[in-house]
Amino acid sequence: MLAVEKIREYFPIYKKHPRLVYLDSGATSLKPQPVLDKMNEYYAEYGVNIHRGVYELSFRATDEYDLAREKVARFINARPDEIVFTSNVTDALNKLALMYAKENLKAGDVVLTSELEHHSSLLPWMKICEENGARLRYIPLNKEGRITAENFKKALSKEVKVVAITFVSNVMGYRTPLEEIIPLAHENGSVVIVDAAQAVQHFRVDVKVLDCDFLAFSGHKMLGPTGIGVLFGKKRHLKNLKPVFYGGDMNQDVYFDHVEIKEVPYCFEAGTPPIAEAIGLGRAIDFLEEIGLAEIAAHGKALYQYAMEKLSGIDGVTVYNRDADIPIIAFNIDGVHPHDAATCFDQEEICLRAGHHCAQLVSRFLNCAGTLRASIYLYNNKEDIDRFISVLEKTIALFRKLDGGK
Amino acid sequence: MNLENLYRQVILDHYKNPRNKGLKGYPKIHLKNPSCGDDITVEAKIKDGVLEEINHEGTGCSICCSSASVLTETLSGKTVEKAEKLINEFYSMIKGEDEGDEELGEALVYQGVSQFPARIKCATLPWKALERLLKGDDDE
Repeated sequence: MLAVEKIREYFPIYKKHPRLVYLDSGATSLKPQPVLDKMNEYYAEYGVNIHRGVYELSFRATDEYDLAREKVARFINARPDEIVFTSNVTDALNKLALMYAKENLKAGDVVLTSELEHHSSLLPWMKICEENGARLRYIPLNKEGRITAENFKKALSKEVKVVAITFVSNVMGYRTPLEEIIPLAHENGSVVIVDAAQAVQHFRVDVKVLDCDFLAFSGHKMLGPTGIGVLFGKKRHLKNLKPVFYGGDMNQDVYFDHVEIKEVPYCFEAGTPPIAEAIGLGRAIDFLEEIGLAEIAAHGKALYQYAMEKLSGIDGVTVYNRDADIPIIAFNIDGVHPHDAATCFDQEEICLRAGHHCAQLVSRFLNCAGTLRASIYLYNNKEDIDRFISVLEKTIALFRKLDGGK
Repeated sequence: MNLENLYRQVILDHYKNPRNKGLKGYPKIHLKNPSCGDDITVEAKIKDGVLEEINHEGTGCSICCSSASVLTETLSGKTVEKAEKLINEFYSMIKGEDEGDEELGEALVYQGVSQFPARIKCATLPWKALERLLKGDDDE
């Protein structure tokens, strides 16, 4: 287990809210002081634009921005010129879908995806298919709600040009067996686009080992600021895409009738980028590395198992994922709408997510009106789980009483 | 703050045993609260400026669904003018601006919602739907 008390000293939100039990890191993580300091350093010490100024401050800002890109690249074992900064995963996956479909997707082609997708991995392709006559096909989930290599194989066919797939489900916490799936997809001639929004903050993602074609993640779920996301693409793929946004900084020569664009990845970053946020993300990566992803994973797993043991002794709760791969608990109190339950937790300063979690097809799969989700990260401890369980028991009792003691 | 102030018996009763549930084909408005999944349709038969009948249909949390049920009982038989006034009274009460006009009747149980800002949207969703019906909107 991690020394949570020490870790919490880095997170100023606990000073403001000492009783906070934050179990919504799946939505966004809390932010440590070093990240805030780093962003403040940019604004306070060299807060000018990048790639433009011929003065020293601009060089400094540009250096820091480029260094952030290098850190991101090292973090997932990519090359810096394979890293495109975006504003978040939704932005990354939408841009990519638009760029990729324009050049490569035609009527009759199939985009293979899953019911576990976050809406940002699913909806861009759904809209593109509606417009250009390509088709969306879903990998059937197994009984437990997982994507399996076997079912993936069954869903694969010559028409599948794109596989748009989540690495980890944001509701169920299941890890997709991409190590098996990606080679199958490549044998079939399909490109694989991975939504890694719930993955990179929990375990080491190596894009070379994985051999995925594209992969996206957000800074704000991995201790970084909001407003910064990452799109990784293999260099040869990125070189074949044409930008969807044109404007400042992405061009190198402009004539009356045409424009010559900059090389990859700069051609995909039109306009002033989120500079402070990129630099903050670089610092967040350092912070994660200082603590260690393996240690964070082991800590999360231990707390998840501790919670599962406690939950198994409670009558009146349905847990949908007793065997999750990352520490996310999807559950409901029987007979109580998730939003009603969430209010009870909120009263005790316990932050949980309630609803569809931007992945409504999962609720449909589970046949429920949404779920409660408790997602665990490095600043959570056993006391958090104990308080969570205690309020859960109180909530069950309250609704039983209101229901006439049934 | 007391949860029992929010989850009053009356509210839970209307949630478990909704009144006037099921649509009959009158002009209707369908509203959703996508963040939590509340999904409510309210219909009303309005004749000579009077709300002769109000029905609802939908799914969601106890606060939203019960509020739809309570709304149908509170506002049926009222004139459009009166209903509009009571809807605004309901909003003021929910926002904690006043304690609620006693003419709100059973709907006064939602007073407690004012202490739970995250739930204001749940309680008001059906009332917003009826408000739009009264303005002449119709989904059909």
